[in-house]
Amino acid sequence: MKPLRIHVPALLLVAFVSKAWTVPMNNSGTSYMTTTGTAHSGSNTAGNHTANNGGHEAAVTTLPIVTWKWHHVELPYLMTVWVLVCWLIKLVLHLNERLTIEIPESAMLILIGFGLGGIIWGADKVQTFALKPITFFLFLLPQIILDAGYFMPNKLFFSNMGAILTFAVIGTVWNAVTVGLSLYGVYLGGAMGNLDIDLLQFMLFGSLLSAVDPVAVLAVFEEVHVNEVLFILVFGESLLNDGVTVVLYNVCDAFVSLGADKINAVEIIKGIVSFLVVAFGGALVGVVFAILLSLLTRCTKNIQIIEPGFIFILSYLSYLTAEMLSLSSILAITFCGVCCQRYVNANMAESSVTTVRYAMKVFANGSETIIFVFLGISAIDPNIWVWNTAFILLTIVFVLVYRIIGVFALTWLLNRFRLIPIEIIDQVIMSYGGLRGGVAYVLAFMLDENRIKEKNLMISTTLIVVYFTVVLQGVTMKPLVKWLKVKTASKSDLCLMEKLQNRAFDHILIAIEDISGQIGHNYMREKWNKFEMRFIRPLLMKTSARKSQDQLFSVFHQLNLKDAISYVAEGERRGSLAFIRSENDANLVIKKKFGADFSDIMSDINSDISDTESYSNIPMPSTQNGVPSICLDIEEEMKKKNFNGAKDIDTHRLLQMHLYKARKQHRHRYSRREIGVNKDENEVQEIFQRTMRSRLESFKSAKMGVGQNKKLKPHKKDQVRNLCLLLPTAYAYNMQWVKLTCLFLQVSNGNLDFVGNSAGGIENPAFFPDAPPQTPPWSTNTQAENGVAPSQWAQLRIPWSPSNFHRLAPLRISTRSTDSFLLADRATTEEEQPPQDQPSGMKK
Amino acid sequence: MGSAKSSLSKIPNAEQLMDDTGFSPAHVVRLHERFQALDKEKKGHLSRQDFESIKELATNPIRDRIIGAFFAQGGEMVDFHTFVKILAHFRPVDKKHLKKANIREPINSRTNKLRFAFQLYDQDNDGKISRSELLQVLRTMLEVQVTDEQLESIADRTIQEADLDGDNAISFDEFRKSLEKVNIDHKMSIRFLR
Repeated sequence: MKPLRIHVPALLLVAFVSKAWTVPMNNSGTSYMTTTGTAHSGSNTAGNHTANNGGHEAAVTTLPIVTWKWHHVELPYLMTVWVLVCWLIKLVLHLNERLTIEIPESAMLILIGFGLGGIIWGADKVQTFALKPITFFLFLLPQIILDAGYFMPNKLFFSNMGAILTFAVIGTVWNAVTVGLSLYGVYLGGAMGNLDIDLLQFMLFGSLLSAVDPVAVLAVFEEVHVNEVLFILVFGESLLNDGVTVVLYNVCDAFVSLGADKINAVEIIKGIVSFLVVAFGGALVGVVFAILLSLLTRCTKNIQIIEPGFIFILSYLSYLTAEMLSLSSILAITFCGVCCQRYVNANMAESSVTTVRYAMKVFANGSETIIFVFLGISAIDPNIWVWNTAFILLTIVFVLVYRIIGVFALTWLLNRFRLIPIEIIDQVIMSYGGLRGGVAYVLAFMLDENRIKEKNLMISTTLIVVYFTVVLQGVTMKPLVKWLKVKTASKSDLCLMEKLQNRAFDHILIAIEDISGQIGHNYMREKWNKFEMRFIRPLLMKTSARKSQDQLFSVFHQLNLKDAISYVAEGERRGSLAFIRSENDANLVIKKKFGADFSDIMSDINSDISDTESYSNIPMPSTQNGVPSICLDIEEEMKKKNFNGAKDIDTHRLLQMHLYKARKQHRHRYSRREIGVNKDENEVQEIFQRTMRSRLESFKSAKMGVGQNKKLKPHKKDQVRNLCLLLPTAYAYNMQWVKLTCLFLQVSNGNLDFVGNSAGGIENPAFFPDAPPQTPPWSTNTQAENGVAPSQWAQLRIPWSPSNFHRLAPLRISTRSTDSFLLADRATTEEEQPPQDQPSGMKK
Repeated sequence: MGSAKSSLSKIPNAEQLMDDTGFSPAHVVRLHERFQALDKEKKGHLSRQDFESIKELATNPIRDRIIGAFFAQGGEMVDFHTFVKILAHFRPVDKKHLKKANIREPINSRTNKLRFAFQLYDQDNDGKISRSELLQVLRTMLEVQVTDEQLESIADRTIQEADLDGDNAISFDEFRKSLEKVNIDHKMSIRFLR
C-alpha cells in the first residue's frame, strides 16, 4: 500500500488547497467497467480500500454505465472521512456531559487516538496515518492561531505585553538552555547509557521542547476559566514564544549541521539577529496584512456574501507569506488577527461579523480536535518507539522543574514593576500550565535522522512529554485550580453602570497621572488612543462605522435589544403578547423615544425593502414623532382604558387564537448572492383573510350584531377580499390586527427594535359589551361614497412594514367611522394627524 | 536616599503625612517636587488656575470634575497635604501596609476609592446621583455625538439598573452595589514612580 499523505484539514480550507483538485487522475479512463460485469469486483475493491482496477483495463468492450474510480477521489475522500471521524469522536465525547467536565477534552481525544491508532495498526500492521509536519503547519495550525488572535482581548493583551514578552522570550530561552544543558550533564554522568548524542543535539532537543504549546494551553485553560490576567499571561506566552522556538530550533539545527568546531561568536550573534528578524518580521507581516484586510473590508459592501471569506484568505496569506520568508508564521497570523479585529468588525455588516465568528470557531475547534486525535494515533507505531528510561524520565523532570523555576524567577522580577503583582497561586498555575503539544511533536518529527542518530528516541520522549503534560497535567489542572482557590473569571453581565464607570475610571486615572506628573500606562494608552482615533481610524474604518462607535452607546443598544427579544420571547411563550407587566416594573421598559436611533432603523428597513416605490405610499413615522403607532404593550393600554380582568382574558384568548404567526423561513433561493428571508405576499394576504374571517365571526356572535345580513355568512376565501373592499370600516377594525401582525413581521424580519407605545392595543368595541351600541359597520357602507373622514384606525398609519403592504394602502381610505367610542377617545389624535392619503375612491 | 531625607525635612509634617497616606518618603519628596512645579507663583498652595494650566489635562473630558475634587472641602486653594491626600486615593493597596494600619481605614481602601468616584458625579453633595447629575457626566464622556434623547434614555436606564429603592437617584450604597463586580483596587490605582 502506498503511503497516504493526509491533508485532513484541507477540506476546512477548501479555498486554499488547490492540491485537492490536482490529485493526479492516474487511472481515470483506464477503469471503465460495465455495471453488469463488475458489480462483484466493485464490492471487492471497496473492501480492500485499494481500488486496484488495473485488471479491468481490457474489459472496455462496451459502453460503461457506471465506473469505479477510487483513485480519482482517494485523497480528498480520506481527508474528509478523517475529519468526519475526528468530529464524530468529539460528538460522542460530548454525549456524556459529566465526562467532559471532569476530564479535559484534549486528554480524552488523545486517549481515543490511541485506540484508533491501535485499530489501524492491528489492521495494517503498519502505521499508515501520522501527523505530518506539512499538514500540521500549513493546514491545521493557522486556523487555531487565527482564532486565538482574532478573539484576543486586545486591551488585556497589550496591557500585559511586558510580562507576556518576558515569559515568551526569556522564559523560553531559559527552558531550552537549561533542559538541554542538564540532560547533557546527566548524559556525561553516564546515567543514560550509551547514546549517540552530543551537546548541540541536546540543545536542539531542549529547544524543541521549550515552547509552551498554544493549542494545548488553549484547550485546557478554556475549560478551567481562570481569571483573565492569568489566562492572558499563559496564553499570550504560548502564542508569542513561537518566534523564539522557531529561531532556537533553526539555529540549533544549523549548528548541528555546521558542527561544533565552526561555531564562533559571529555565528551566535547572527543567531540573535536572526531571532529579532524572525520575530519582528513575522509580526510586521501580520500587521501589514491586517491593514490590507481592514482596507479591503472598507469596500466590500456590495459583495457582502463573500465578505467573510476575505478574513480567512488574507490572514492565511499572511501566514503563508511569513512561512515563505522563513519568518515566524504564528506571530504573523496572530498579529494579523489582533490588529484587524477592531476595524474589520466595524467595517463589515453585522451578518458577516457573525459568520466570521462562527466559521472561525468551526475551523479552529475542528482542527484542534484533529490535532489531538492524531497526536494519539501517531503514538501507535512501534517503529518510532525507543525506550530509555533515564532519558525520558529526566526530560520530564527537567521540563517541569525548569518551568517552575523560570516562572517564579521571572515573576519575582516582574512583580517589582507591576501595579498588580502576580500572586503565588497564579504562579503555581502558570508553571503547571506549561503544556507541550503538537508543535513540539512535529518539530521532533522534522529532525533529520541522518544527522541525529537518536531521532526516534527524541520523538518518543517528546511524545511522552506531550502526553504527560496534556493528559496528566491537563486532567489535574481543574482540581488544582479548585483546590488552590485560584481566582476564576467572573461572568459579568452587561451593565451600563459598570461600563460607564469603567470609562470614568480611565479618565480619572489619566487625569491623576497628569496631575501627579507620572508617565504611566494610562498616559501611554491615552496617547495611543488619541493617535489611533486621529490617524488610523479614518484610514481603516468606514466613515459610517466610525460614527456609531461609542461603546457605551452600543452597550445600551445591546441591552435594549436583549430586552426586546426577551420581551417578545416571553410573550410568545405565554401565547400572546399581552403578558402581565406591572407599570412600575424595574423590568427596564422599552418606552423611550429613539430619535436618531430610529432613523437608523428606518434606513435598515428601507434597505430591506426592494420595492421602495410602493413604500412611499405608506406613511412612515417621522423622527420627530418618534413613537410609532404600535403598541407592544397591550396590557398597559388596557389599564389606561380601565378594563377589568375578564376582558383581559378575553383578549388573551383572542390573540392566541388569531395572531398570525409570521413565518420566518429561508426559502430555497437559487441565488448565490443573497440569502433572503421569506417575504411572501401570500403571507400578508393570509393575515388579512384570517383576520377578516375572525372579525366577521365575532360580529356575528356579538350581541349587537344579532340578526344580521345573511349574505355575509359564507366566508370563503375568495369572498373575503371582496368583503373587505365592501366594508371599509370593518377593514379599519382590521387594522389593529394588521398592526399586530406587522409587529410580528417586523420582529421576524430581524429588525426587532424599539417599538414604542402610543396608540393601538385592543380597542375593538365588538369585544366590549359595555361599550355603547353601535351600528354594525356594513350597514353604513353606503356612506362610503361620501368618503368623509377616514376612520381613526385608518389614519393611524400602518407601521413601517415590508413593502408587501403597499397593496393595502389604498384601502386605508375609508368612510366615516362608526365607532363613536373610538372617535371620542381619539379626537386629539385625529387633529394631529390629518389624513395622509387623499381618498382615491372605493374599488369595487 | 540622603537627598530624599534632606528634602523631606523641608516639608512640614512629612511624618504625619506619610502616616496618613502610606506614601513612602521617596513618594512624598517626588510629589512635593511636582507640587512645587505646579505652583508656578510659589505661593505655597495651588489654585484652580494652576490645575487648569496642566497641558495634558486639557483634553480630559471630566477635567473640571477632577479638579473640583481637589477643592471639595471648599476654599480656593489646595495645600500640599490636601494634594497628597487626594492622590493617596490612587495608591495601590499593598498588603503589608494594610496590616500595619488596621486601626482606621486607609485612604486607598475600596470604599474611599469609590467615594472619590462617586463624588465626581455628586456635584451638590446630597449623597445621591440624580438624573441630571448623571446626565451631565454622560454628556461629557460620550465621545460620539448622540442626541439628547439618547443620552436621556441611557441615563434613565443606568439609573434603573442601579436604583434599588426607587427614588430615581443613585445613593452611595447603590453605587457601590452596582460596581460590586468591578475590581476597584485595580481600576482606581496607579503606579507611583519613585
